[in-house]
Amino acid sequence: MNQAILEQKHPMDAYLREDRIPHIWCPGCGLGIILHSFLRGLLKSGLPLDKVAVVSGIGCTGRAAGYVKLDSFHTTHGRAIPFATGLKLAKPELKVVVFSGDGDLVAIGGNHLIHAARRNVDMTVICVNNFNYGMTGGQLGPTTPLMARTPTSPYGNPEPPFNIPYLVAASGAVYVARWTAMHVRWLEKSVSEALLKRGFSLVEVISPCPTVYGNMNRQPTGLDQMRYYREKSVVRNGANPKNVDISLNGEIIVGKFVDIERPTFSDRQEEITRRIFAPELPERDTSQQEATEV
Amino acid sequence: MTKSKPLTGEFFMNGDVACAEGAISAGCRFFAGYPITPATEIAERMSLRLPRVGGIYTQMEDEMASMNAILGASWAGVKAMTATSGPGFSLMMENLGLGIMLETPCVVVNMQRAGPSTGLPTLVGQGDMMQARWGSHGCYGIIALSPSSPQEIYELTIKAFNLSEKYRTPVLIMSDEVVGHMSEKVVIPPPEGITLFPRRKPNVPPEQYLPYAPDADLVPPMANAGEGYRFHVTGLTHDERGYPVMNAEAQDKLVRRLVQKIERNKEDIIQIDEDGVDGADVVVCSYGISARVSQFAVERARQEGIRTGMLKLVTVWPFPEERIRKLARRVKAFVVPEINYGQIALEVERCAGGAADTVLVPHMGGSIHRPESILDAIRKAAR
Repeated sequence: MNQAILEQKHPMDAYLREDRIPHIWCPGCGLGIILHSFLRGLLKSGLPLDKVAVVSGIGCTGRAAGYVKLDSFHTTHGRAIPFATGLKLAKPELKVVVFSGDGDLVAIGGNHLIHAARRNVDMTVICVNNFNYGMTGGQLGPTTPLMARTPTSPYGNPEPPFNIPYLVAASGAVYVARWTAMHVRWLEKSVSEALLKRGFSLVEVISPCPTVYGNMNRQPTGLDQMRYYREKSVVRNGANPKNVDISLNGEIIVGKFVDIERPTFSDRQEEITRRIFAPELPERDTSQQEATEV
Repeated sequence: MTKSKPLTGEFFMNGDVACAEGAISAGCRFFAGYPITPATEIAERMSLRLPRVGGIYTQMEDEMASMNAILGASWAGVKAMTATSGPGFSLMMENLGLGIMLETPCVVVNMQRAGPSTGLPTLVGQGDMMQARWGSHGCYGIIALSPSSPQEIYELTIKAFNLSEKYRTPVLIMSDEVVGHMSEKVVIPPPEGITLFPRRKPNVPPEQYLPYAPDADLVPPMANAGEGYRFHVTGLTHDERGYPVMNAEAQDKLVRRLVQKIERNKEDIIQIDEDGVDGADVVVCSYGISARVSQFAVERARQEGIRTGMLKLVTVWPFPEERIRKLARRVKAFVVPEINYGQIALEVERCAGGAADTVLVPHMGGSIHRPESILDAIRKAAR
């Protein structure tokens, strides 16, 4: 490789674990671009970096936690959100980010995803959706478009996919956006908005995965997939999440879909605790009595 | 924030409530759980008490989430606990492994009921003892304590938190339905009478901090999230930096340390209660509620002139191998009553190594042993 390139510093080097580069991601993968946009969005938000924690699950995207120079946790498959919930509730001053993939968050972790949205736990989820399980070799997942070919759907996927923005909006998320790896500036902006939003925010990012998924679905390079995003994505801010389904090589509606206000889980817990001790709402301390009543 | 006064004095409470109070005395300020009989009263008690002492109670969507939430809370620097029974314990195995791999202090309570599967809700069992040792995949060391009474579960819950901080590991309380639901006198000392082991904090600046560089006792100091250390930890095999390393050497180094940090500190960890073991021909070795039933049988056997000792395993894991090995050289037999088809008996037999007999007194669960069954076993073993 050209020596000049090797010596040049990446603008995000200060926020990455340089000693862990090169990363594991394939040529043509969108994760490097998305991680870069995430870091730019994070810096733009102005949040103190010592108070930001990144939690990942398992999969290609799950490796992101290992590359950022922040407090970061690479947890088990699907469980990043409940881990992040404990972290956030126990230390409210932290900004907790879950950075993980579609299979991790929506399949094995799907239950945790909807419950965190329902509770409105104050966290930001970056959900990178590459339509398949990349790390294990491209098998179908809950976001694989209908009829797409994968190593476990060689004749076409018979399952309709989850529409992630609709799923989390219906569950109670206060901020929901979707972009692709081509929309780097919009993505950066959405990341910083989501990070500054109190409550459960989710940014879905559609990402190229040329190695197997693209290859089996007539987009064999990362560039082919980026061209597809350019040609077929439509920015529609404020679109009803119900109407943003994704079909095989069809239109991708992107934009900010949800931005509402709702008390967070911690707000409600604090309110309840305040009422326990509020003089105007005298509450009997029953602990001494309860102990003997059992 | 306003807080209630610490609970101190003498109370009549059940084992579940005593467990919750032990956690609060130990400084536990985060509980995540999922309702399951016979552990539900622990969650109920924590939901009542934690908001009053500045803590957080949260009910999660399942036991996998509960286990993860307490790991997250522990990394935030807050002592954390969950409580469950067999079916939930099975679900927790996945992230118990994460807790062990990340070396995360926390306490997991299993109020055992009879299985397999849904089994007998909610009648007693002790069938999860081997699961406690080996239930999560891979090789590791584990600490498990087994209380026999509400007072003991109160005390052992405090001990469990102390051990978890000292050895940076999840600690299991392997209790059972009968202990959980029996009500007895519980004495709660004033806070100044309770010794707590504080978290082992790093004493180097953040840029020099290695999350998995162990002290001499093989346990690494632990930074919490949000303190400026900017550490990375992973469930993958990792080096002292916490970075993934995918080779046999890193695996060897890490797994040996995870096992040995418990093994090498066994003397400090293991607690056994012995009664009349010296000079005994037969030693009854039991734990949890079965140890209490055994005590009755032991006293009856002594009245019949059989020299009988009682060895109660307060710590079940790590197992007191040396003690059993030594006793095996001079006793005739060990009698092991347990509410399963033989789990801890296998350990006793292994340690006895043929030098003394091991007589299992199995009971499939749904009730505790009848003392007569244990007494019969003692009589036969003494012959």
